Amino acid sequence: MASVVGTFTVDPRARRAAKRRTRGEGATAWAFVSPSVLIILGLSVVPVLWSLLLSFQANDLVSPSEWVGLANYKALTADPAFAAAVQHTLIYSALYVPLSVAGGLAIALMLDRRIRFIGLYRTLVFVPFVVSAAAQGVLFSFVLDPEFGAANSLLHKLGLPAQGFFSDPGQALYLLVGISLWSGTGFCVIVYLAGLQGVPAELVEAARIDGAGRAGVLRHVVLPTLVPVTIFLVLFQTINALQVFDLVFVTTKGGPLGSTTVIVYFIWEKAFKTFTAGYSAAAAYALAVALLVIGLTLQFYRRRVAR
Amino acid sequence: MKRLPFSPWHLVLAPLAILFALPLVWLLVSSVMSNAEINRFPPALIPSGIKVDGYRFVLGNALFPRWFLNSFIVSAVAVTANLVLGSLGGYAFARMRFAGSKVLLGLMLATMAIPFQLTMIPTFLVMKQLGLIDTLGALIIPSLVTPFSVFLFRQFFVSLPRELEEAAWIDGCGRLRILVSVVLPLARPALSTVAVLTFLSTWNDLTWPLIAINHDTNYTLQLGLTTFQGQYHTQWAAVMAGNVITVLPVLLGFLLAQKAFIRSLASSGLKG
Repeated sequence: MASVVGTFTVDPRARRAAKRRTRGEGATAWAFVSPSVLIILGLSVVPVLWSLLLSFQANDLVSPSEWVGLANYKALTADPAFAAAVQHTLIYSALYVPLSVAGGLAIALMLDRRIRFIGLYRTLVFVPFVVSAAAQGVLFSFVLDPEFGAANSLLHKLGLPAQGFFSDPGQALYLLVGISLWSGTGFCVIVYLAGLQGVPAELVEAARIDGAGRAGVLRHVVLPTLVPVTIFLVLFQTINALQVFDLVFVTTKGGPLGSTTVIVYFIWEKAFKTFTAGYSAAAAYALAVALLVIGLTLQFYRRRVAR
Repeated sequence: MKRLPFSPWHLVLAPLAILFALPLVWLLVSSVMSNAEINRFPPALIPSGIKVDGYRFVLGNALFPRWFLNSFIVSAVAVTANLVLGSLGGYAFARMRFAGSKVLLGLMLATMAIPFQLTMIPTFLVMKQLGLIDTLGALIIPSLVTPFSVFLFRQFFVSLPRELEEAAWIDGCGRLRILVSVVLPLARPALSTVAVLTFLSTWNDLTWPLIAINHDTNYTLQLGLTTFQGQYHTQWAAVMAGNVITVLPVLLGFLLAQKAFIRSLASSGLKG
């Protein structure tokens, strides 16, 4: 039987020849994927196993490693600096994740309407997201500079006392949360705005006909459809928050008095400043396992919600 | 009560938008202030006029243009390589049958969950063995292709109807020819998404250059800006001018291709 492609009639012999070519193209396929496979697997699977080995070794990045068994992990559980880093990371995440997701939802709901300048508002809310953490850090180091910064200048004008900002151990971590909210909330906003496009109009219509007010539609129609998006955002923002580094490096370098040393800063410091790479790898593994558990839990939850 | 001549939402949204924009406005304003205005107490909040001293200082500094060039080279190579290698790999995974393809694809997807901290020390050691530490090569090689690029192209190609390709295939076209002249011209959304996300992540990266680069002639802009701030922290106008130059390519790209940026980032979110 001659098969039909579009309006052409294809000679069955040509079809068979084409089939034969499909079967024998393993070599071509490998040529297509091998650069990606080599680079991606070579720079992920190999390093992941290597890191695991390193975490059981003492290594200074120069001389040959020495096997130390579980000593790095044991030292980690007893290291007050690591405990502090975990604590700072948890405080940062516990503030940043809920505030950015809830704030993102609130702002998206406000921006989801057709009024004048709405495009401009959306752009302005989102634009800090594309600014690099280094640039954010340098900018806010200036704004919050105790002597030359605009923030203290403004406080002075309002008759309020000058603040230490990044030089105050009681403020620095919360300022980092604030800066991250400024740049990271916009991402939640655009994901929610995209999610709001997926709210079925006929459901909203039906709810209206059934006598639901604006709050009713929001609670019973809009928010339930946004649950998968919300789970994704919580996961995404949590992973980012637990891995915060660039902003800390640029603004406070973990200080003052270690008050902003977060886990990844600890990992970086142990590997590339004090050259205890094995110890650093153990800390990285602890973080990776935590991330994996959080990721799997939320994925599982998402599946359950989807059913 | 009289009705407002405009939607009351403006009363909330306009201040909110200004709040988000204000730090960037201040970045721009302070980059054209004079050091005298910044260094007096309390510092000025509104500049008396536009001074380009900061920009002159930054562009006169031998290193800054170099850093810009370095960042540009790394980003340009990364974007090009991700488009080429990602579409090749994605096409093979979408359309071609070969032994082990399912396992490989699953493995590549799984690597997306690996946090960077887990790979950074061994990657550093590998680059050291290759003699690439303190060269742009160390920055380029790990960013040549990401599993995300491959996967994104694969998803896009799977969604295309096969018939177009089949006609070319039966005419005897090779796979590469089909990819280049039939599939890729239809793949503009995928191409722009991969380009945007690769550019954002390589241009804005700080952690890896910080680890892999030692000498200041090989810095990228992000790394250079950070050390520049430490070195000239009393010359804030110059530091802010440098900051504007660092942010400008991304901001311009965003403003020119806003739709592509937002669609890319929102879709990276929704498909997660």
